[in-house]
Amino acid sequence: MSSLAVENVTVRFRSRSGTVTAVDRVSFEIADGQAVGLVGESGSGKSTLARAIVGLAPIHGGRIEVDGQDVTHRSGAMRRRLGKQVQIIFQDPDTALDPRMTVRQSLLEGATAFVRLDRAAREAKVVELLGLVGLDDGLASVYPRELSGGQRQRIAIARALAVDPGMLIADEITSALDVSVQGAVLNVIQQLRARLGLSMLFIGHNLAAVRYVSDVIAVMYLGQIVEVAPTDQLLNDPQHPYTRALLESIPRLGQDVRGQDRWLAAEQADPTQSPAGCRFHLRCPVGPSSHADRTICCTADPAADAADRDHRAACHFAGTTV
Amino acid sequence: MATLLSRKPPIRARIRLWRSPMGLIALSMLASLVVLAIIGPIVWGPEAKDADPSAVFQEPSSEHWLGTDNLGRDLFARVLAATRFSIVLAVLATLLGATTGILLGSVTAVVGPRLRRWIGALINLMLAFPGLLVAIFFSVIFGGGSRSVVLALAIAYLPSFARITQTLASGVAGSDYVAAAEVLGIRRHKILVRHILPNIAEPLLLSVTTTAGTTLVGLSGLSFLGLGVTTPDYDWGLLLNQGLDRIYVTPGASLAPGIAILFASLAFQLFGEVWAGQARRGARTAPATDRPRKSQPQAMTSPDDDQPVLQVENLTVSIPTTLGMGTPVRDVTLTVRRGEIVGIVGESGSGKSLTALAIAGIPPESAQVSYNKLRFRGVDTGALSRRARQRFLATGMAVVFQNPASALNPSLCIGTQLTEVTRLHNGTPRAEAIKQAQQALTQVALPTDRRLLRSRPFQLSGGMRQRVMIAMGLIHQPKLIIADEPTTALDVTVQRQILDMLRGIRDDTNAAIVLISHDIAVVSQACDRVLVMYGGTIVEDLPADQLNRAATHPYTRALLESVLGMDVDRKQPLRTIEGSPPDPFVMSEGCRFAPRCGNRQTLCDETRPLLSNSGAAHELACWYPVEEQVNR
Repeated sequence: MSSLAVENVTVRFRSRSGTVTAVDRVSFEIADGQAVGLVGESGSGKSTLARAIVGLAPIHGGRIEVDGQDVTHRSGAMRRRLGKQVQIIFQDPDTALDPRMTVRQSLLEGATAFVRLDRAAREAKVVELLGLVGLDDGLASVYPRELSGGQRQRIAIARALAVDPGMLIADEITSALDVSVQGAVLNVIQQLRARLGLSMLFIGHNLAAVRYVSDVIAVMYLGQIVEVAPTDQLLNDPQHPYTRALLESIPRLGQDVRGQDRWLAAEQADPTQSPAGCRFHLRCPVGPSSHADRTICCTADPAADAADRDHRAACHFAGTTV
Repeated sequence: MATLLSRKPPIRARIRLWRSPMGLIALSMLASLVVLAIIGPIVWGPEAKDADPSAVFQEPSSEHWLGTDNLGRDLFARVLAATRFSIVLAVLATLLGATTGILLGSVTAVVGPRLRRWIGALINLMLAFPGLLVAIFFSVIFGGGSRSVVLALAIAYLPSFARITQTLASGVAGSDYVAAAEVLGIRRHKILVRHILPNIAEPLLLSVTTTAGTTLVGLSGLSFLGLGVTTPDYDWGLLLNQGLDRIYVTPGASLAPGIAILFASLAFQLFGEVWAGQARRGARTAPATDRPRKSQPQAMTSPDDDQPVLQVENLTVSIPTTLGMGTPVRDVTLTVRRGEIVGIVGESGSGKSLTALAIAGIPPESAQVSYNKLRFRGVDTGALSRRARQRFLATGMAVVFQNPASALNPSLCIGTQLTEVTRLHNGTPRAEAIKQAQQALTQVALPTDRRLLRSRPFQLSGGMRQRVMIAMGLIHQPKLIIADEPTTALDVTVQRQILDMLRGIRDDTNAAIVLISHDIAVVSQACDRVLVMYGGTIVEDLPADQLNRAATHPYTRALLESVLGMDVDRKQPLRTIEGSPPDPFVMSEGCRFAPRCGNRQTLCDETRPLLSNSGAAHELACWYPVEEQVNR
């Protein structure tokens, strides 16, 4: 078990067309054993935030604490120590594993990163890890190319567990998988949480998957968290118009959806050119494009006083549906 | 298709150089060099050293094939005996340069950004000087002789190795497994040795081999200039130098070492090239598809649009692989009517994509396609000539792929890619082509201004790229659009937009659409009719709005139950389909789904159920279907 506190973290990238603020003053916390879901469209900065937490992206402002210890700027030794506490699993099962290493080698790389193990202990560890993710011991000696996508993703989870971390960050781990396989991976995640008491940051754009795993859901839009609330509250009573839009666009069995997409007119936002004021106002169904009097959206950033609103919603008209 | 071909890609392509004539030549050239290098000094060494004052400067004779030199030594023997020294020096210099270069280049993958920039700048600086000039410079500084020439050449070729390693390593360093190792706390030198070097070894070896040939030429050049090997040692370059004085008297004295240099460097280069070529071919998993070529308009059976847009009967696709013949698509029969949106749903490996590719006339290179009937707009496409078929399909059918990023050419601007096809196929003038492109862009709700036409694919979001792909297909006013997982790579909000747009296009143009997806929720929402595929066959065919209620195939029901809705109980494990999809290499007599099926009985293992009518507009291939859900 580990806890995480992220405070006003900012991540910027320099690119040809200027500086991109991929993560903009983001704050949230994950308590011991809690699962927090992070949803948002691609380009919203959720993966960058995850990478910043484990030290794979540079941090330009703010503070990250793991188990109460400041790890914002980390030395080599601290990087290694942090590896024992927080592990990450990536989206693409095809590139997650080194194609030239067998499953056993990949798992042992993690298992022996901090401790020495003799031959018997290594073998026992491999069997234990495979068991944790519900895979057969026989898979230990195969190469990643011989595994299906779902199996590869479970091996990636097992590798992350090899160092006995207290927290897992799952970055879109089911979005490259078939629907029928996603369920199996999500079941593994839930079992691991129950059995090992893992804390979890579960990132995804599939709201149904995030909902299944998470106790709390944070919604991200263009680098900012626009709404945070316990899962049921967020889904039953969304405050931010973007959250409502996300909920509306989930594909549901047999539902005819024509003519409902009043808000979807504008294209996806461009992270290199964030608009002034509220970042969502150009696409917002309750914003200035439908209510000419709501000029505040074009000038004032609603993130500033988000803490005072329900669900910490970053919207001047939070809760307003029309 | 994607799965069958890419699930087990050969990592290290099995290289059989001797299979091709060029490979055979390269291999035997290299082998003869190695043999000569080993036995040369032993067999001809004594003769080559043996000075004979009575026979200086002799012309070629039966005793001395190439004549003798100023000390009366046999020149032919000297050329052969020099093989070992020349090649060993060249290989040594290459290895030395390669080792240091590779080390320098690969370090950039694991050091911090600042040091990486510095090393990168250093490599750039070194690359700025021509290699041969550097070699001459250092050879002079080191004072000549074999040792200094090896060092000088190593320094000269080091930067190019450093650069190629840097490029290759940065590709691997960006991959998720290296990031994972970093997060696991693996030390940097271990990441380098374990993950980075093994994954770039193959291209590096290739470049080492080719460079060995270049180094040999460089070495000979230096020796020829008197900056390299000095007497009493001798290599081909030095022999060339000594023979040049008498080129008009005994041309063989200079020609023979020259030919030897040429032969050896060719052997190395050719070997490297052939090897690289084979490695490339082996690594290519998705075979290139034929692009429609320009052809003269010719008489063809004219399309009849009163008929169903597409009629397919008993379509079977087989793919020969090293494991034997796989049949990922078996006896698929389907009909698509005008203006109909038909969804094909199934797990990866079910053969849904391959079916679509076969229908579109772009199956993988090695695939064998057979059918009883394949009619597009009433025309039997199999009866057309290859060119006519391609033209017919290319202008009547549009295919949209899953990943718009790889389906668009990253280096061409959108406008060019949109107008290229019409200009090429129909010879449409530029202005007209642009107008058509703009019209298509309007249909997919994209702006038609110059900014978009001038932008390149990477400047667009995933959703916009997919729209551009669809627009590209719409230019020909297709009668059928095949969309293969068009929204799988996109966000839910964008997915909705694209699906709505496809329906809009159908409403406006009455084009039929075949939508392929693994997500039964997406298919049920966007389509009129749903075909469920499993193990290469269609197992159920029913109207989309009845899917939830009327589907009775156990597999369809399992798919429906595994849909992750917003209302599933978070305390319960999710429903999944136990077992794994069938292996296309194993043919069974019975139902393909039987091993995973809850309703399985003996009949299921013995006889395969065929698709047959099971109520109005409902077809089913199952012996023991699930009962209809009445209360849903």
